[in-house]
Amino acid sequence: MQNSLTEKLKLYFTIYWTMFKIGITTFGGGYAMIAVFDKELGERKKWIDQEELLDYLAISQITPGVIAVNVATFVGRKKGGVLGAIFGTLGVITPSLIIITIIAALLTNFAGNEYVMHAFAGIRICVCVLIINATIRFIKQTVVDVLTLATFLCVFLVAAFTRVSTVYIVLFIILVSVVFTLIKGLADKKKHDGGAKC
Amino acid sequence: MLDLLIMCLQFMKTGLFAVGGGLATIPFLYELSDKYAWFSHSDILNFIAVAEATPGPVGVNMATFAGFITHGVGGAVLSTLSLVLPSFVIIMIVATILQKFRDNRFVTQGFHFLRPASTALIGAAGLRVLLIVFFDVERVTFDMFGHLGEVFTHVNWMAIIVFCVMFFLMKTFKGHTLIYILIAAALGIILKL
Repeated sequence: MQNSLTEKLKLYFTIYWTMFKIGITTFGGGYAMIAVFDKELGERKKWIDQEELLDYLAISQITPGVIAVNVATFVGRKKGGVLGAIFGTLGVITPSLIIITIIAALLTNFAGNEYVMHAFAGIRICVCVLIINATIRFIKQTVVDVLTLATFLCVFLVAAFTRVSTVYIVLFIILVSVVFTLIKGLADKKKHDGGAKC
Repeated sequence: MLDLLIMCLQFMKTGLFAVGGGLATIPFLYELSDKYAWFSHSDILNFIAVAEATPGPVGVNMATFAGFITHGVGGAVLSTLSLVLPSFVIIMIVATILQKFRDNRFVTQGFHFLRPASTALIGAAGLRVLLIVFFDVERVTFDMFGHLGEVFTHVNWMAIIVFCVMFFLMKTFKGHTLIYILIAAALGIILKL
């Protein structure tokens, strides 16, 4: 009994520490982390295989939230149940908490410094380029037919030039997709029935 | 105290509705900035820059930064935990019904619409960032379209030039984001942007 408890604690700590290492060694968010997840959890630890990782990624993309955190939750759960999921999630966010808090504290102290101000003016332009690049990349991946193009344009116009809340936009898109699926399902069924009669 | 609770709820909302990765949190940060005076629009650009330049998931980094600016260390911890809580609960539920969930046609269709929508939200946030950096304009709405000349009074040519140079560099040489952020910081200091 005592033995299994220590083993469990050890497992939770290993999950936490593995995710911590992944959190601290990857830059640039979810997509950059995929390769690290594959190497660390797939090749080295053999906790998951590639297919599982792809499944987790696909679901992390459709479910809300930060992709890397979602994958960490998944893997933690697979290895150690609910507690494993909690430790995995906490592990992957701990490095961010520590590093960002330190940087934010430094920045608030140096915010008035002339050099820091100029540096950040430059960095802001770089951030513009990053976001525009990401948008172009995402457009190539997600706008694949007339319907997705229409969705993209409508949401872009509303989000860019009105004050409608993002939450309402997301909820509206979910509603549209449900209605669309229902109509499409009915149409397919009709077609199928019609075909059967012939 | 009430302020802290509101902040937690707002970040939970962000965690629940930001579909498609870290950058999807940007439009929500803009909304928070418009609604509460917790941080300014140019603060958000700093969040993005620091989040991209430091290790860790970008969305988490931004939430931590925003939480710290708003309420110090406690704010940083609470905002980060609030951001991940909704997706944690959802993933726990989804993991138990994994196979069913993936092949459900409502889900696959929803995915089909939500992804371009999420791209559009990020693009719109990108447009707002450009407006601020290039023209010092916070936001353009449809009712301003009649008198755009009055809205765009100031053009920051230096920023536009640096933008084009950075865009070209990133397209041609790829490489790590951190390098470009450092180059941009150096350019900012040299050119006194």
